[in-house]
Amino acid sequence: MPRLSAGRRHSVSFTLNGALVLGEAEPRMLLTDFLRHVLGAIGTHVGCEHGVCGACTVQIDGEPARACLTLAVQVQGSDVRTVEGLAPASGCLSILQECFRNHFGLQCGFCTPGILMSLSALLRDRPHVSEEEIRLCLAGHLCRCTGYVPILRAALAAQRRVEQEGGDA
Amino acid sequence: MKPPAFDYVRAETRDEVLDVLHREGPSARVLAGGQSLLPMLNMRLARPSVLVDIMGVAEWNRVVDEGASLRIGAAVRQAALERRADLVRRQPLLAAALRWVGHMQTRSRGTICGSVAHADPSAEIPLVLVALGGEIRLRSRRRTRRIAAAEFFTGMMTTVRGDDEMIEAVSVPAARAGAGYAFREVARRHGDFAIVGCAAVADRSGVRLAVGGVADRPVARDLQTADSTDLDQALDRFAWDLDARDDLHATARYRRELVRRLGRTTIDEAMTCLG
Repeated sequence: MPRLSAGRRHSVSFTLNGALVLGEAEPRMLLTDFLRHVLGAIGTHVGCEHGVCGACTVQIDGEPARACLTLAVQVQGSDVRTVEGLAPASGCLSILQECFRNHFGLQCGFCTPGILMSLSALLRDRPHVSEEEIRLCLAGHLCRCTGYVPILRAALAAQRRVEQEGGDA
Repeated sequence: MKPPAFDYVRAETRDEVLDVLHREGPSARVLAGGQSLLPMLNMRLARPSVLVDIMGVAEWNRVVDEGASLRIGAAVRQAALERRADLVRRQPLLAAALRWVGHMQTRSRGTICGSVAHADPSAEIPLVLVALGGEIRLRSRRRTRRIAAAEFFTGMMTTVRGDDEMIEAVSVPAARAGAGYAFREVARRHGDFAIVGCAAVADRSGVRLAVGGVADRPVARDLQTADSTDLDQALDRFAWDLDARDDLHATARYRRELVRRLGRTTIDEAMTCLG
């Protein structure tokens, strides 16, 4: 039974956006800090640090989850996806990203990475999802710029495109 | 907003978990989904010296349908239960309440038993257990015991669990033929902590209404439904007996009014779906 002692750094490895990553973390290090400070993946934003605002939402083994309510050591061996993994290739955008740009779904962009990670999981699992379900999904995110209307519009546009074109959001 | 330092134990068997709790009980905490414990750590409201991660203990990651009840193990995530196709039929009250437990982004990791262990007075899962007369199964190296949900919660985030004990499973009574169930909640935003949550279980003889978010723990009361005016008066007495307090989100008076009105709406809904 492995016991990782406090105050010492321990090796942590997992898959980040399809590539194996390796770093060291004390048991108390949050996944947000591990992503940003150890791996330098600063796409995941840090807001409230108690699970309320949703800015740090990533996908762990395919499920949207708060990186601020997850210890780095808990994702040992997992498949983690962040906003950096959304675009299909360098220089182009995913369907969701395009729709957020076209419908002004972001202003300052602080909440956007988390929202995109929640919605991409939702549209992957349920391409025919209703507006009501999209609203419930967005309820897990705080945005202080847009008033949510453009975000919802962008999400609905992405949903229609995924439904018609298939593939990843 | 960073957790204090602690050791982290990744347990693989039940005995490994129980051994750590036996040796270091008061300063150890069980880590399951972490959706209640991590905020407590980040805000330094909890300062355990060791966390025991139980999610690798395979025998606890199971829902066992025992006929009269569903036994939900300590490592079963809320989202996993939510996705069970038969949940609406086997226990519609739990199915209805689960949608209100945090957000989809926290239910993906949070566990059923973890919410029960945390014992927030406004939490939905403890409320459902009290409404249905569910049971909490505690285990330590010394003993195992079963506690009725109504006796398990003793106050704000306080339960009868001993320092060396853990919640191994909860038993949720299955839906009864001829009973109707309803769940309602008022919160600032869907998924936030409930200001008031109501769970009703109705049958031909009357209704049990359980209320969360008002007293320091979920409280249930059996009410007669034969006469509508009597029912409203009984709800008013229930609202006063709950000892509501003011807080940042709502006044005691508003909470009492929600017990009267939301309580009545929930009861009416449960009555209309009597099987």
